[in-house]
Amino acid sequence: MNTVQNFELYAPKLIEKREFFSSGHRACQGCGEVLGLRMIMKALGEDVVVSNATGCMEIISTAYPHTAWETPYIHVAFENAAAAVGSGVEAGLKALRRKGKIADRDVKSVAIAGDGGTVDIGLQSLSGAMERGHDMVFFCLDNEAYMNTGIQRSSATPFMAATTTSPAGKAIKGQRTGKKNVAEIMVAHNLAYVATACPSYPLDLMEKVKKAKAVKGPAYVHVYTVCPTGWRAASEQTIKLGRLVVETGIFPLYEVENGKYRLTMETPEPRRPVEDYLKLQGRFRHLDPSDVAKVQALVDKEYRKLMHKVKTSVPWS
Amino acid sequence: MGKRIGMEVGIAAAEAVGLCNIDVAAVYPITPQSHIAEHLSDIVHDGRIDAEFITVESEHSSISACAGASATGARVYTATSSQGLMYMHEILPIVSAMRLPVVMGNANRAVSGPLNIWNDHTDIMPQRDSGWIVMHAENGQEVIDMTIQSFKIAEHADVMLPTVLNMDGFQLTHMIEPLEFPTQAEVNKFLPDRVPYATLHPDKPMSMGCFNMPEIFTETLKAKDTALINSKKTIVKIWNEWEKQFGRAYKPVETYKTKGADTMILTMGSMGETASVAVDELRKAGKPIGLVKLRLWRPFPLEELRMAIKGCKTLIVMDRAVSFGGAGGPVATEIKSLLFHDKDRPRIVDFIMGLGGRDVTVENFIDMVARAGKKKDESYEYYGVRE
Ligand SMILES: Cc1ncc(C[n+]2csc(CCOP(=O)(O)OP(=O)(O)O)c2C)c(N)n1
Ligand code: SF4
Ligand SMILES: [Mg+2]
Repeated sequence: MNTVQNFELYAPKLIEKREFFSSGHRACQGCGEVLGLRMIMKALGEDVVVSNATGCMEIISTAYPHTAWETPYIHVAFENAAAAVGSGVEAGLKALRRKGKIADRDVKSVAIAGDGGTVDIGLQSLSGAMERGHDMVFFCLDNEAYMNTGIQRSSATPFMAATTTSPAGKAIKGQRTGKKNVAEIMVAHNLAYVATACPSYPLDLMEKVKKAKAVKGPAYVHVYTVCPTGWRAASEQTIKLGRLVVETGIFPLYEVENGKYRLTMETPEPRRPVEDYLKLQGRFRHLDPSDVAKVQALVDKEYRKLMHKVKTSVPWS
Repeated sequence: MGKRIGMEVGIAAAEAVGLCNIDVAAVYPITPQSHIAEHLSDIVHDGRIDAEFITVESEHSSISACAGASATGARVYTATSSQGLMYMHEILPIVSAMRLPVVMGNANRAVSGPLNIWNDHTDIMPQRDSGWIVMHAENGQEVIDMTIQSFKIAEHADVMLPTVLNMDGFQLTHMIEPLEFPTQAEVNKFLPDRVPYATLHPDKPMSMGCFNMPEIFTETLKAKDTALINSKKTIVKIWNEWEKQFGRAYKPVETYKTKGADTMILTMGSMGETASVAVDELRKAGKPIGLVKLRLWRPFPLEELRMAIKGCKTLIVMDRAVSFGGAGGPVATEIKSLLFHDKDRPRIVDFIMGLGGRDVTVENFIDMVARAGKKKDESYEYYGVRE
C-alpha cells in the first residue's frame, strides 16, 4: 500500500502545475528537503506569506539579488523566523485587513524551518506562536541535523547517527539519544491539526499541507527530508530512503486531527528491519550488529507508543 | 490640546501609543517597563484602539514579531528594558537593515551582572551600532511627544528606520507628572497613515531578508549608514512641525544657560533636570557654567554639538555606562573622537556615575564641576565610588 496507485492518471489533476518555489536554486543534487519544500509550496498555492528560518533552504534560495520564491517571503534570523516572525505577519495581515488597509483576501501565514530552527533553537518561539493560536501553519523540514552549517547534530538527529558534533568515536558511537518528538509536543499544544509527512509520498504530503492550511488557527506538519550530503548517502537514493523510513516504522506517516491519531500510510506488517534503511547511509556505517539491534529496539518502542495512540485516541470534540 | 493631568510616565507612554493608530503591538514585560505592557494591553482589551496585541513569550519574539508585522505594512510598537533589550540585540540590526520602521520604547535599566533593576544606560549602549535612531527623553511630556513623533520619523519615506526612545527607568517611567496629551484629532493631523515602501502580500510577491555575498554586503551596510546619517534632516524637520503645531520645541542637542559658559555639563536623559538645578546654583554663585543635553544619540548630531559647546573650555560628560577595559564611558569616548581634529576643542572630563540606580544629586553635580577643574588629564573617573 506504499505506492500511489494510478499516479499517472491522477497526478495532473491533483497536483498544482504552477511552481511557487522555482528551479535554479542552489540545493545539492538529490536534496530531499528542497523537494519537500517544492511540494509544500505547490499545495499551499499563492495566497501565502512565508517566513523562513536561516538554514539550507534559505541559503540555497535567496542569494541577493536572486530569489527562488514566487510567493511573498521573509527571512529574519534562525530561531525566530519561523514562529515569531510568522505570528507577526499573521497579526499584521489581520489588523490591516480588518482596518481596510489591504485587500479583503484570505492570506495564510506560513512558517518554514529546518529541524534545528524547529526542535532546538526555535522551540520556544514555536511553542509561543502555537500557544497563542495564530492562524498559521508551521512546517518543520527535518533532515536530522544542522546541515547548513556542516552537519552538526540536533535533537532530531536519530540515535547513533554520526554527525560532526556526534562523531562515531572510539568511546562514543554517534548520537547518544533518540529523536525529540516535536509533533507530540505540538499535539500537547492542543493544535487542531498535526501531521508527519515525507516527499517520497507526494500526494499524502500535499493532502496534509492542504488540510493544515484549511485549519483556522495553528497547525503543524513535520516533514522528514533526506539529505544525501549530510547523511553520506547516494543522491539517487533520496526517494528510496524516504520510503524505507516509513516501511521500517522509523518515521511513520500519521496525522492527528483534534487529538485523534490516524496512520495515513499503513506500515507493512511485519515492518521491514531497520537495517535495510541504515545500511544505505554512511552516517550509520559504524554500527555493528548489536548497535543495529539497539536501534531496532528503540524504533519498536516508539512505534508501539504511536500505535497505542492510533488505536485508543478519540477526537477531542 | 487637552488639559493637564497627573499621570505616571510609563502609563503616559502607553497612552501616547494609543493615540497613534497602531496596527500591532508585541510587548514582553520587564521591570521597569511593565506598566507600558500592562497599560497597552488594557487599551487594546478595552477596545479603545483597533490593534493586535501579541502576547509574545520573550523579547526575542517581540522584536521578531514586530519585524514580521512591520513587513506586512503594519504600524508596530514594542517596548522593553535592560535584559529584554539585550535579548533583542541579535534582531535589531536586521530590522534596520530591512528598513522596517518599528517604534520602540526603552525604560533604561542596568544590565545584569549582577542583577540590578534600577536605572542607567548600560542597556542602550550595546545597541549603539545597530543602525537604529536612538533618542532620549528627559521628562514625561517629552515621552508623550517623542513617542508620537517616533512613528512619523520612523515611517517617513526619507527615513524608513526603526527608532528607540529611551526613558530612564523608575527615575522617569515611575514619576507622576503633570502632562498634556494632544487630542486624537491633533495627532491625526500630525501623524499620517503609514505608506509602506514594500509589503509582504500575494498581490505583489517579493522576497525580504535575502542574504548578501561579500560583493554586496559592504554596500548594504553603507546604505544603512547613509540612511541613518541622512535621517537627521527629517528628524529635525518633523520636530519643527511638532513645534509649529504644539508649541514645544525639540532639538538634537538642547542647551541651558550655555551663553558665556566656559564649563559645560553634558547629560542624556532625565539627569538633565537635576543638572539644570546645579547649573542654576552655580550661576547664582557667579560661575560661568552651562548644560548641554543630547536628545539624539543616533544619528550623532555633531554639528549641533559643535554649535552648542562654542567657547567651552571644559566639557564634563556624564556617562551612565562603561566600556570595560576601553577608553571610558561611551558618550565621552564618542565625543572625544568626533572632536579630535577640532583646534579649540574643550578638555573633556569623563565621569562614570549614576550606575544601577545610584542617585546623582545637585550637590554631586556641583562637586563634579569642582573636581573637573582640578583634573589634569582626560582619563575617565568613577564618581563617588567606594574604593
Ligand atoms: C543564533 C544563531 N545560532 C547559530 C546560527 C548558525 N546556524 C545557521 S543555520 C544553522 C543550522 C540550521 O539547521 P536546520 O535548522 O536543521 O536547517 P538545515 O540547514 O539543516 O536545513 C545554524 C546552526 C545562527 N545563524 N544563528
Ligand atoms: S546539505 Fe542537505 S539539506 Fe542542505 S541543500 Fe544539500 S542536500 Fe539539501
Ligand atoms: Mg536540518
